[in-house]
Amino acid sequence: MSTLNRRILPGFRLSLSYALTYLTILVLIPLAACFAKASTLTWDTFWGTVWTERALAAYELTFGASFAAAVMDVALGLLIAWVLVRYEFPLKPLFDAIIDLPLALPTAVAGLVYSSLYVQKGWFGQFLVPIGIEGAYSRLAIVLVLTFIGLPLTVRTIQPVLATCDDETEEAAACLGASRFRTFSYVILPTLYPAMVTGFALAFARALGEYGSVVFVSGNMPYRTEIAPVLIVARLEEFAYGEATAIALVLLVISFSMLILINLLERWSHRYGS
Amino acid sequence: MGADVHTHAGSTKRQTALQDPWFVQWGLIVAAVGVVGVLVLVPVINVFYEALARGAGTYMQNLLADADTRHAILLTLTVAPVAVVLNVVFGVAAAWAIARYQFPGRTILTTLIDLPFAVSPVVAGLIFVLLFGLQGYFGPWLREHHLKIIFATPGLILATAFVTCPFVARELIPVMQAVGTEEEIAALSLGANGWQLFWRVTVPNIKWGLLYGVILCNARAMGEFGAVYVVSGHIAGKTDTMPLRVEKLFQEYNLPGSFALASLLTLLALITLLVKVGLERKMQADAAKALQSASEELLADARAPIKESA
Repeated sequence: MSTLNRRILPGFRLSLSYALTYLTILVLIPLAACFAKASTLTWDTFWGTVWTERALAAYELTFGASFAAAVMDVALGLLIAWVLVRYEFPLKPLFDAIIDLPLALPTAVAGLVYSSLYVQKGWFGQFLVPIGIEGAYSRLAIVLVLTFIGLPLTVRTIQPVLATCDDETEEAAACLGASRFRTFSYVILPTLYPAMVTGFALAFARALGEYGSVVFVSGNMPYRTEIAPVLIVARLEEFAYGEATAIALVLLVISFSMLILINLLERWSHRYGS
Repeated sequence: MGADVHTHAGSTKRQTALQDPWFVQWGLIVAAVGVVGVLVLVPVINVFYEALARGAGTYMQNLLADADTRHAILLTLTVAPVAVVLNVVFGVAAAWAIARYQFPGRTILTTLIDLPFAVSPVVAGLIFVLLFGLQGYFGPWLREHHLKIIFATPGLILATAFVTCPFVARELIPVMQAVGTEEEIAALSLGANGWQLFWRVTVPNIKWGLLYGVILCNARAMGEFGAVYVVSGHIAGKTDTMPLRVEKLFQEYNLPGSFALASLLTLLALITLLVKVGLERKMQADAAKALQSASEELLADARAPIKESA
């Protein structure tokens, strides 16, 4: 079919060359500029910027918060996907639709509203702050807002897999005397592992780069609540482009490895699924 | 469905092996609804509550009386559509190449399209500053020719286009693959030229998928923060887009103004969701119809020789 099409359908050269030119100008050259700029730094400057106490604290927080949020997203995603696939209840279509809101809502709005909800006078904060839970301007705030951002990603990767689980293996388990809980943990859950891992990776990758919502809720205190992208912006505002680029490069390398990992995972889960 | 277990003969109460007891069902439903309520629904309600807390009059004033806020709305309405159009043209070209032909490097191209999703928005902004900023690679040349990209609208468009680049292509590739090439080849054999083929056959076939991509792309373009933050320079009344203005008002402790603008963006997100659900239904219905007509054709084919022999 393919070689035939290339001869029959017109526009192969036009479409491919346009797509490649666009990608080169918009994506590849700018990304190359980042590597080029970083290569002009001496090894000592690069290392001195990337490996400072403040930078390390920022990486640690970025990773830790993203990891915690992605774990939360997988657990909550599993619960929500389960309820969506297995049960019927009033207003379910509305419930289903609103889960995608974090994908459509500007991150700045998410940050603004989360910071206002969890401060002492906020709707949630008035109950939580007195018992010592600081949901705004703290590390917890970062995890909360990152959980919000990543939630649809895990729900939408787990949901379709759960929907295609066939009843027969479950029936067999039930016939063999397994309890519902046993069936769930030994029969259903293992088939969901690939989807859960992919969902985790997507949410984690998204959280690593997140900026818009976190600046609102974190308070951006160096060493305590400063994430790596905030550090880049801080360097930029001091016009220290070299240092900003060095930290950006660290983030880029990490996110590219995540991209490769996600692709591998998807391939693995395809094989696993079939 | 499942193996039915009758507790009593003639009892209407049935429990299948696959059904969870009611308290488990409702416990999980309440938990899930609670989670989504706390994480998603209450924040949305809170945006509108805070925006309208001082009455509709103050709300409109917060939104429209401030010249910088008005400018931010206009700027977003300029930047986002341009970025979306750029990415629609790219997305259609890329999807056409990927879905219609086999060529070496096809998988690499598919991965390249996803690349911007993996880049932190702040880094996306930074790379354009490195290229076009005053100290950037093209900085001196741009200054000589009195062109401004960074801290100006072109930079906002570039950064937004970068971040939203994958949306349309990603939606279109599977749609184009699913539609197949039969109709296009038929049109070609009937003498259509390339553009006629594209506008009269391909576009009608992919229109819902295309619109879906446009909607998601537009939502992200209007809401983009990190990348735009870096390239804009935050010049109020000049390079502040809506999300940036939200942040600036927040920093100035003008919470009512900030929430008023945020409510506009939230409304936009809700409309996006609504259109998205509508399009998903439409695409499902179309797919079902296509399946049905295909099976009817098969049936007709199967019956034809029987009729002839009769």
